[in-house]
Amino acid sequence: MPTRQTKEFTCVQCPMGCLLTVTLEDGAVVSVSGNSCPRGKAYGRTEAVHPERTVTSLVGILDDFHPLSVKTAAPIPRERIDEVLDAIAQTVIEPPVEIGDVVIPDVCGTGVDVVATEARS
Amino acid sequence: MSAPVRSCDVLVVGGGAAGLSAAAAAAEAGASVLVAEREDRLGGILNQCIHNGFGLHRFGLELTGPEYAARDVARIAGSGAVMPLLETSVLSLDTSSRQGGRITAKLVGRGVGLFDVSCGAVVLACGCRERTRGQINIAGGRPAGVYTAGTAQRLINVDGALVGRRVVILGSGDIGLIMARRMTWEGADVLCVCELASEPGGLRRNIAQCLDDYGIPLHLSTTVTQVFGKVRLEGVELADVDPATRRPVPGTERRVDCDTLLLSVGLIPSNEVAATAGVGIDRRTGGPSVDESLETDVPGIFVAGNELHVHDLADYVSEEGLEAGANAAAHALGRRGSRRDDGIVVECGENVGSVTPQRIARGADEVVMRLRSRGRVQDADIVLVADGREARRWRRRIVVPSEMQTVKLSAADLPEGIGRLCVGVVAHGASPEGE
Ligand SMILES: Cc1cc2nc3c(=O)[nH]c(=O)nc-3n(C[C@H](O)[C@H](O)[C@H](O)COP(=O)(O)OP(=O)(O)OC[C@H]3O[C@@H](n4cnc5c(N)ncnc54)[C@H](O)[C@@H]3O)c2cc1C
Ligand code: SF4
Repeated sequence: MPTRQTKEFTCVQCPMGCLLTVTLEDGAVVSVSGNSCPRGKAYGRTEAVHPERTVTSLVGILDDFHPLSVKTAAPIPRERIDEVLDAIAQTVIEPPVEIGDVVIPDVCGTGVDVVATEARS
Repeated sequence: MSAPVRSCDVLVVGGGAAGLSAAAAAAEAGASVLVAEREDRLGGILNQCIHNGFGLHRFGLELTGPEYAARDVARIAGSGAVMPLLETSVLSLDTSSRQGGRITAKLVGRGVGLFDVSCGAVVLACGCRERTRGQINIAGGRPAGVYTAGTAQRLINVDGALVGRRVVILGSGDIGLIMARRMTWEGADVLCVCELASEPGGLRRNIAQCLDDYGIPLHLSTTVTQVFGKVRLEGVELADVDPATRRPVPGTERRVDCDTLLLSVGLIPSNEVAATAGVGIDRRTGGPSVDESLETDVPGIFVAGNELHVHDLADYVSEEGLEAGANAAAHALGRRGSRRDDGIVVECGENVGSVTPQRIARGADEVVMRLRSRGRVQDADIVLVADGREARRWRRRIVVPSEMQTVKLSAADLPEGIGRLCVGVVAHGASPEGE
């Protein structure tokens, strides 16, 4: 007999915030309901087994009082957020920087780059 | 010292999302444009919103605030017809002389002092300000450590300062929620978010991704009644609130030790410049009252963005900026017919807290109406009633106060000769009360 399990989430993909119900069998997603669009279905599938988030934060810039805003170029596993934030906090880079420039390649081995979200000369 | 006098077709006051789009649209319509911005860079509030979630409607992407602003700055930089004036504030607008229908603005700029600009039309895009502690009556002294959420956001994200380590947040609006996550990510302990109302003020997605992810409790029907500490904040007193009277319930007070209190208790349109020109204000939106072209009751003065009414999404601020900019250009370039001020009055009906425009000129062919409901209605209809007769309805999956609703009407929706339009939000299929 496979073990059945249901989990509930608020979809965060758009302001509708639909309440999703995800059914899993032996840890694998078998259905998603409550979503109003396909993006919600995809979100429910990942969220139930492996939640991911985009992280936005700041890095230092040499000889500049103001920090520079950065983000992970793609969502990273939620349980890695603290580690990634630490890596970002320890980073100081040299100007000039353009939007999209890679600030930390493959941050903490997640396969995701941290990129600049503002330019500085 | 003789002050420089400048002249342009359209003067845009404020270089945030609204002002940048207004400038772009005015330039694309053939106008020469000056954008006055009192900060040292364009972008406005977007610069301090380093989180992602901007531009989903406009670009189909989840951009951060600075990335969103950069796209608009690039757009006006490419046009050549737009001249930004940074570190320059507009002090007042003078419409009294009206030589040739022109408006004279008084500005002050870093390094240049006071100067006048003569223009054919103005777009006001000054944004909004935060409600402060003084406006919500919390007892106690004046210790350091009490900030409005937006001020804390700016200190952290722009100036790189951590404002505190043990944090209580009052108000569950989106800025408060975003700041709960931001402070957690910066290593602070966010103890709780308190909300006076019985429903959260912010978007559900922000509760999920900013509070639930980090186990931060949200206390509904709860407020801060007192602050403790002389020099630095040492704690706050929380109390339950009676949902009916919205007053603290005696005996429920408890103390929470913290060094920081963030207030996210509402935004108010900034209307200082508008006031100098005698622009009429709608007490529901807190911003100028406008017609469907976003023109105020002072001819030639248009308004867009958070100065008109507080928005939740930058995408719609930009859309409004484009409308105001295009109409201001048409006015300045003499391409508009004369206004007929015997227009249609727009009123808030059942469950509607505020609506723009507040009036519609006769013969208008397209009208974008934006409104906020008072309460939550699932499977709702937005109903338009013209002189007591239902004219049109739009179905919505859900209508909540935290999300502004937009509906578009065409000339066909506005029967000939009507005087009054009333917009309401009702359960699907129901008729609005009292109509
Ligand atoms: C904290 C916060 C978080 C948000 N998060 C999101 C989000 O996740 N997603 C989203 O889509 N939207 C979000 N929004 C909403 C959206 O970003 C804003 O509503 C929008 O950017 C406001 O644009 P604006 O041009 O009306 O005002 P502002 O950006 O405030 O611009 C007004 C500008 O006018 C200038 N100014 C004012 N007075 C004068 C004067 N007299 N002379 C010269 N210049 C003047 C100011 O310096 C400022 O630069 C958020 C808003 C806030 C406040
Ligand atoms: S399911 Fe679709 S409509 Fe519902 S919140 Fe998610 S993205 Fe939005």
